[in-house]
Amino acid sequence: MLKPADLAAIRAIITRAKRWDLFFSLLGILSLMVGVLTFTVLFVDMAIQGVPRLSMDFFTSFPSRRAEHAGILSAWVGTVLVMLVTALSAVPLGVAAGVYLEEYAPKNWITDIIEINISNLAGIPSIVYGLLALGLFVYYFGFGQSVLSAGLTLALLILPVIIVATREAIRAIPQSIHEGSYACGATTWQTVSDHILPYSSAGILTGVIIGMARAIGETAPIITIGALTFIAFLPTAPFSGDPPAGLFDWIFAPFTVMPIQMFNWTSRPEAAFSINAAAAGFVLVFMTLAMNGLAIYVRYRLRKNIKW
Amino acid sequence: MTASATLSSQPRPLGSGISDRLSKKASRHVKERIIEGLLFSAAAFSVFVTIAIVYVLVKESWVFFETVPLSDFLFDTQWTPLFDDAHYGIMVLLSGTLTSSAVALLVAIPLGTIIAIYLSEFAGFKVREIAKPFLELLGGVPTIVYGYFALTFLTPILQKIYPDLPGFNLLSAGLVMGIMIIPYVASLSEDAMRAVPMALREGSYAMGATRLQTALWVVTPAATSGIASAYILGISRAVGETMILAVAAGMQPNLTFNPTEPGATITSYIVQVALGDLPHGSIGYQTIFAAGLTLLLMTLAFNLLGYWLRKRFREVY
Repeated sequence: MLKPADLAAIRAIITRAKRWDLFFSLLGILSLMVGVLTFTVLFVDMAIQGVPRLSMDFFTSFPSRRAEHAGILSAWVGTVLVMLVTALSAVPLGVAAGVYLEEYAPKNWITDIIEINISNLAGIPSIVYGLLALGLFVYYFGFGQSVLSAGLTLALLILPVIIVATREAIRAIPQSIHEGSYACGATTWQTVSDHILPYSSAGILTGVIIGMARAIGETAPIITIGALTFIAFLPTAPFSGDPPAGLFDWIFAPFTVMPIQMFNWTSRPEAAFSINAAAAGFVLVFMTLAMNGLAIYVRYRLRKNIKW
Repeated sequence: MTASATLSSQPRPLGSGISDRLSKKASRHVKERIIEGLLFSAAAFSVFVTIAIVYVLVKESWVFFETVPLSDFLFDTQWTPLFDDAHYGIMVLLSGTLTSSAVALLVAIPLGTIIAIYLSEFAGFKVREIAKPFLELLGGVPTIVYGYFALTFLTPILQKIYPDLPGFNLLSAGLVMGIMIIPYVASLSEDAMRAVPMALREGSYAMGATRLQTALWVVTPAATSGIASAYILGISRAVGETMILAVAAGMQPNLTFNPTEPGATITSYIVQVALGDLPHGSIGYQTIFAAGLTLLLMTLAFNLLGYWLRKRFREVY
């Protein structure tokens, strides 16, 4: 039999333990709020500073020594062109590597090395990729400080992201789909191209979007390859100019991108440039948020539609 | 062969159908092999990238170390590669990297772990469904934007508390870097905790333990290997982070472990040199590769440590 005194002691222990539980819940919410609050403050502060500066002129003007006339035309065009090169090189390579590792790779030491290597690549700081590109693309291959060098650098950087996303998307497809296809006499490639790729395309797309969102904001590797910070012209469009530019001349053009333009304005002492930096930063964050939001939406739709 | 022989013995108007089918089969086989080869080369390309990174860094650093002895590089207390009286003491840059990373980790590891425990053990389904994508967004903000935030928002606030704080300092950069790293630590730790089987929790609850007791004494120990790799990832992010430091910490090489001073890190030095126009092949140009090699070796060491921790503390259910 429990004596009343013991019962009271046990109740006290329970109350105390429950109090700690409650305390930790509050601590958890508080910690989450630190993240949420920082992000909100960052976004609102930048919006207050930068949004008044956003006008049509801001998007259609070149950078200038006078802050109030400066714009981000060369920066956003540069970002779009670099992203184009990045997507065209990283997506086929990454998806092919992911498909190989999931559908073809035998279990042997070569596969092990490739897998360990990919997880290692994901941990290498982005600036090291910049140094690789400086040594390899800029000087060894002689691409110079061009859209091509920058696009390929970012492609290498997001390759692990795309490979991992592809593998996860493929792994979510049940084994019975493979078996059904093989039972009908399909070859491995027929199975992959007719079944595996179509069914995993939404998952792969999510990974590609997240990778591209990361690439858009990357500054360090592009500065390292020596991108110019002041560009007041656009790459010549194909077949324009005199003599007419070739279809792919723009990939060898010098360029600047959004984060570099923002860095350039941030590092100037005048307050007017700081406002420009806030405006550019707002556009940049808006772009990454939109891409991440799109990825979340695609993933949500995917979860809703496909029930294996 | 036998199959075609038996087939052709049967009365058929045309024998060409079979050889057609056979040749189709053969060409199909060749096509399959070619595709497999292409896909394999895509996967093997990643190994080539690693080899290229090591080759480029070692090749350029080799030239550097032919001029500068390794002992000077490791033990000199000055870093002035662009001056006439050049010194190449990597310690100076390393101190900046270590100081800012320490500040960042003091923010990211406690907060990240608490968030992970909260999301995995306390929060309801709805909170988790909203919080996880939000954390991902926090990790997706470009680091240059964080740098701008540290320089123009956090530093002025900190200056109100410590009036002596210089406009560029490692403290404000480190704090913001910590916020940036929280999502990596929290998300990976949470995944590790969620992978702990429900039966362990149920056993603990059945003994009368509260949620917090279960989380701290059952779930966390069982998830140690995953949490350790989350911390390691956080450390390598902090060591490799560039733009926040380049913007908010100044780029002044400074042998100090005091976060309230300005300082240069390995990464921000590389950016500083790349912004100027050093001629290709000069000693200043090669210093960034020596610095990059140091950085690569550090992250490699952390990766190996993480790999070892995962093996050492892995719990198999």
